[in-house]
Amino acid sequence: MNVHEYQSKQILASFGVKVPMGFPAFTAEEAVAAAEELNAPVTVVKAQIHAGGRGKAGGVKVVKGLDAVREAAQELLGKTLVTKQTGPQGKVVHRLLIEAGASIEKEYYLSFVLDRKLGRVVMIGSASGGMEIEQVAKINPQAIVKEVIDPAVGLLPFQCTRMAFALHLAPKSIKAAKKLMNGLYRAFCAKDCTLAEINPMVVTTDGDVMALDAKLNFDDSALFRHPELEKLRDAGEEDAKEREAAKAGLNYVSLGGDVACMVNGAGLAMATVDMIKYYGGEPANFLDVGGDSTPEKIATAFRIMLEGGQAQGIFVNIFGGINKCDVVAEGIVKAAQEVAGGNAMPVPVVVRLEGTNVERGREILTHAGVGNLYMAKTMEGGAEQIVSMVKKTNEVCEEQIA
Amino acid sequence: MGILLHKDTKAIVQGITGQAASFHTKQMLAYGTKIVAGVTPGKAGQQVEGVPVFDTVRDAVDATGATASVIFVPAPFAADAIMEAAEAGLELVVCITEHIPVQDMVKVKRYLEGRKTRLIGPNCPGILTVGESKLGIIPGDILKKGHVGVISRSGTLTYEAAFQLTAAGIGQSTALGIGGDAVKGTDFIDALKLFHDDPDTYAVLMIGEIGGTAEEEAAAWIHANMKKPVAAFISGRQAPPGKRMGHAGAIIAGGKGTAADKIQALNAVGIQVADTVAHIGATVVDTLKKAGIYDACHTC
Repeated sequence: MNVHEYQSKQILASFGVKVPMGFPAFTAEEAVAAAEELNAPVTVVKAQIHAGGRGKAGGVKVVKGLDAVREAAQELLGKTLVTKQTGPQGKVVHRLLIEAGASIEKEYYLSFVLDRKLGRVVMIGSASGGMEIEQVAKINPQAIVKEVIDPAVGLLPFQCTRMAFALHLAPKSIKAAKKLMNGLYRAFCAKDCTLAEINPMVVTTDGDVMALDAKLNFDDSALFRHPELEKLRDAGEEDAKEREAAKAGLNYVSLGGDVACMVNGAGLAMATVDMIKYYGGEPANFLDVGGDSTPEKIATAFRIMLEGGQAQGIFVNIFGGINKCDVVAEGIVKAAQEVAGGNAMPVPVVVRLEGTNVERGREILTHAGVGNLYMAKTMEGGAEQIVSMVKKTNEVCEEQIA
Repeated sequence: MGILLHKDTKAIVQGITGQAASFHTKQMLAYGTKIVAGVTPGKAGQQVEGVPVFDTVRDAVDATGATASVIFVPAPFAADAIMEAAEAGLELVVCITEHIPVQDMVKVKRYLEGRKTRLIGPNCPGILTVGESKLGIIPGDILKKGHVGVISRSGTLTYEAAFQLTAAGIGQSTALGIGGDAVKGTDFIDALKLFHDDPDTYAVLMIGEIGGTAEEEAAAWIHANMKKPVAAFISGRQAPPGKRMGHAGAIIAGGKGTAADKIQALNAVGIQVADTVAHIGATVVDTLKKAGIYDACHTC
């Protein structure tokens, strides 16, 4: 789960990480009021979206005076920002962060992140602040400093000292930098983060060290012990279908194409998406119905796939292990009743069933009398069939338009 | 033979009184697994499928001499269950539970350091040595006895691959699901080493997916050490960066962990990678033929 920069900063501030004075704003009026309250010589108006690269995309304005704040806020609110991380469709700005400008001496990078290979949390620092760390890793890997944290004892003071010296911080800033590192690590642990990143961390002209930007990612598996984080969720930043699916206990990722698929198991679901592409189709989604599907869950999955009219065909790929093929078949029949009143499916549905109770599953589907529903003999054959059916539909549509 | 799990391995089920655990206890017993005890705190004295239940892992181990455990405990308590099993001195611990907080697993890994316990999982289907024993949820009837070892980050792809292999007449020695989480116990290289040393395994199929660099590291290890042929499959070629594809560990982060990188690393050391999931069986057959061991592996 992700949150906005201003929310991350509020959390970090509560762990003793110094951040610029600032307030969130949802309207231009609120932005002006916030700037008035700050009463700073320079005000920064920052677009709040769940994506990095905002500065380069024009999402951060450094201005002087309340009129300029209003103007910047009006320009940004409602604007679609296209950054390196948003994809070409961009993200619409609905929230702003109004901050007092800081006088920056130098910028750094600091983060805590999970190192999968080590199975440990590592602190990563670099003197190339403001740059993406992946870029630094490519151009100048020696510039990246790492401290591996032993979970038995946590972040140790000498590791902070070593990091501060490795980044060549001035002696007068070392104490403040260590305080920031400690606060960031405590927040990372206490809030079950998978990433806590400050980029840039800045040393101000008077030697203070603060987080000019902040990004926290939280472990979805740990949200059960953080009800306070659930309140920070911004539904507007999330894909509606993905959200609806998550509520129903389904794993769904929108992919933008027109061949939908429903699969059991994350690995097979990824492989099915790949296979649709391999045969020339454009996958609409990744959908893992999980190992404990009920007919109700399958029916919900169908409803989500068909919503919005993007899907021109559905490929159901089930290997019954724990999931039984007859239960999935019953679910498909139930879905047909729900989405099509028991008549033909609105788009062609190709079903590949294999594994536990496959014969009963096939029997249920064959005798259900649902139109526009096809049984595939093999997985490969099924994928090819759905791709060619969707292509035909698209050709007919194009002809009609022409 | 096969690896890690054999017909004489005595095992306990942690969380045995849960619905899924009791269902799978029945399945494991039916497959021939020696399930000698179960553990659910507060339920000592009860029985599940004729298996006696104890309050703690220590009690269960003291009473039965079990050396292995399979864990079905809910995610908030699963890390604790793994550490309890390790503390009781179990040699093999298989954790089926999905959605364990990753920081809990960081602690578990640290706790396991210097202990003799081998952890498989979490978030995995478990392990099955064909015709001998299984710990976990792999459906036994799709596997047939033979000489190909299977290592996989995905449960359903393990079944799918075993199904295709069996259909092609290629039996399996042990199927091992290592799990879809970012921080886990046994990884590809550990499993490859075990298969490499198992006289009953002639070749290995490894099924990877996006996220992390374990497949790349495995490719390098295979190149330097492995004498037995390896075939592979990688899922997630179409996965967009930054999106978690069902498994907690299946995510392309910071440009790392793409399917293309993994396939390239495997191909570079001469490992054939199936181009689609439907061709896993055919790719293994091809690899066996090229190595001249197809006939020896054609067992069913």
